[in-house]
Amino acid sequence: MNWIFGDNINTDLITPGRYNITTDPKELAKIAFIEHRPEFAKKVKLNDFVIGGKNFGCGSSRETAVTALSACGIKAIIAKSYARIFYRNCMNQGMLAIIANTDNIEEQDKLEWDFKRQEIINQTKNTHLTAIMPTLMMKLYKEGGIIAYLQKNGLNSVGKLFK
Amino acid sequence: MGQTIAEKIFSRHAGRKVYAGDFVVADLDLVMAHDTTCAWAIEPFRQIAKKVWNRKKIFIPFDHAFPAPNVQMARLQSEIRKFADEQKLSITVDGVCHQIMSERLINPGDLVLGADSHSPTGGGLGAITMGVGSTDAAIAMATGKCWFRIPQTIRINVTGKLPKGVFSKDIILMVAQKFGPEGGNYCVFEYGGDTIRKLSVPARLTITNMSAEMGVKAAIVEPDNNTKKYLMENKREHNFDRKFLRSDKDAKYEKTMEFDVKDLVPLIAKPPDIDRVSPVSEVEKEKIKVDQVFIGSCTNCRIEDLDVVYKMWQKQTLNPKTRTIITPASKKVYLQAMAKGYIRFFMKLGAIVLTPGCGPCLGRHGGVLYDNEVCVSTSNRNFTGRMGSPKSFIYLASPATAAASAITGYITDPRKYIK
Repeated sequence: MNWIFGDNINTDLITPGRYNITTDPKELAKIAFIEHRPEFAKKVKLNDFVIGGKNFGCGSSRETAVTALSACGIKAIIAKSYARIFYRNCMNQGMLAIIANTDNIEEQDKLEWDFKRQEIINQTKNTHLTAIMPTLMMKLYKEGGIIAYLQKNGLNSVGKLFK
Repeated sequence: MGQTIAEKIFSRHAGRKVYAGDFVVADLDLVMAHDTTCAWAIEPFRQIAKKVWNRKKIFIPFDHAFPAPNVQMARLQSEIRKFADEQKLSITVDGVCHQIMSERLINPGDLVLGADSHSPTGGGLGAITMGVGSTDAAIAMATGKCWFRIPQTIRINVTGKLPKGVFSKDIILMVAQKFGPEGGNYCVFEYGGDTIRKLSVPARLTITNMSAEMGVKAAIVEPDNNTKKYLMENKREHNFDRKFLRSDKDAKYEKTMEFDVKDLVPLIAKPPDIDRVSPVSEVEKEKIKVDQVFIGSCTNCRIEDLDVVYKMWQKQTLNPKTRTIITPASKKVYLQAMAKGYIRFFMKLGAIVLTPGCGPCLGRHGGVLYDNEVCVSTSNRNFTGRMGSPKSFIYLASPATAAASAITGYITDPRKYIK
């Protein structure tokens, strides 16, 4: 299913500072949206999507916001736009943060993405949404994040990501 | 083609001339990770490296919750200490990361990475200082490098004489009202104009700090005589390449915005967004009872701020129903305040003076809010639940507005207490 959120969902709502005191991803999964959407952590299922509005992930640089969603099994985030640190953190962790107009996405819609066409396909509504999925993000998604990429290609391989 | 200061600094650190939109891998002058973000950088670091690239260029402050308020934080800090010992890194416990870096480490023209979203603060010294997550910090600690897309620059000119009772915090709240929480996303804010030129570095740091709330990658003020003065006061090397550290006349800006402050009044951001800004005089009419006043954080608790508070509280009493918490931004500020007799004065009035650090700003310790409580805070975030209960309310304002509200016990325009 799709978990629908609004504009300016900040990292204090995703992983509030007061709970953000662990280095265990499983513990983080339990606190995702703990006050903002208390049922989220209990009901979220593997391969669910998180749908946001504008400026998703604004606020603190805490990467735990991405780690928590990832540990919950979220397949991808789709939002109208992202705050820059959150977006970078997604790329680094190999989490897809797709940019698209999310206005007409509903909870039960079945979604798929097409990287080549840069589209989100809403199978339920049979619509195609223009999406932005940069090559760099897809590369890191396939590699399983930048740390896995560096382990495989060496510490000096960052520059090659853009070629 | 001409370059902005940001493009010049990136060029110098990337070893080639670059412009907005280019991708680069650049050398860093300094990497910071603190007691929360460093904990998450250790594991990715260990996966890719055995030793840090340069132990003198890695800065680890414990500031977000120090001394540790609970077992979980104590565990995180213990893990970081172990890592620091292994890598022969020292840990600083002298105050808020951005304040310490400004006092001691950031030089004009530097390229700095901080695993904290308020890292743009250091731009008040004429450097490019950026916030990242823990993975980027881990890679930077291992390699001394980071990849960047060169950001566009938005030029912000601020002109006019600041009226009595109006401070740099009010300037940035005015800017925030205009731009909103996403208005600066991915960009650099370059501040100029005669008002900015007259501001001291500490006052500029308030502006660059809170630019983070509009999503900027960095914020910068062209370094000048005031920068030199600040560096000298902090016993630092104070020579820098002024000709290089200014935007070329034909530099390309994304856009230019003009602000006039001659009629600016004290402003306040109402919860839960930084752009819900109103004149304090308007909000005062609502007689909003204040449970807690927080004068602190990386935005506002430098000695210049405490000078204002001290003057305003002469021959006054503080409302006993309001808890007034003061957290000096650094050990240096604390000692300055002590030498000036402020600490004794504040304590005698009934204010609570805490250890330098982030304090109650992020709701982890030192002044957590309960349901329905109202806090007037000099910090930078009024998000729901930021300082405690999700049912509490945070209003952001200048130290002067916070000090006035501490006297009356409700949100109060500071101008009547300023001579």
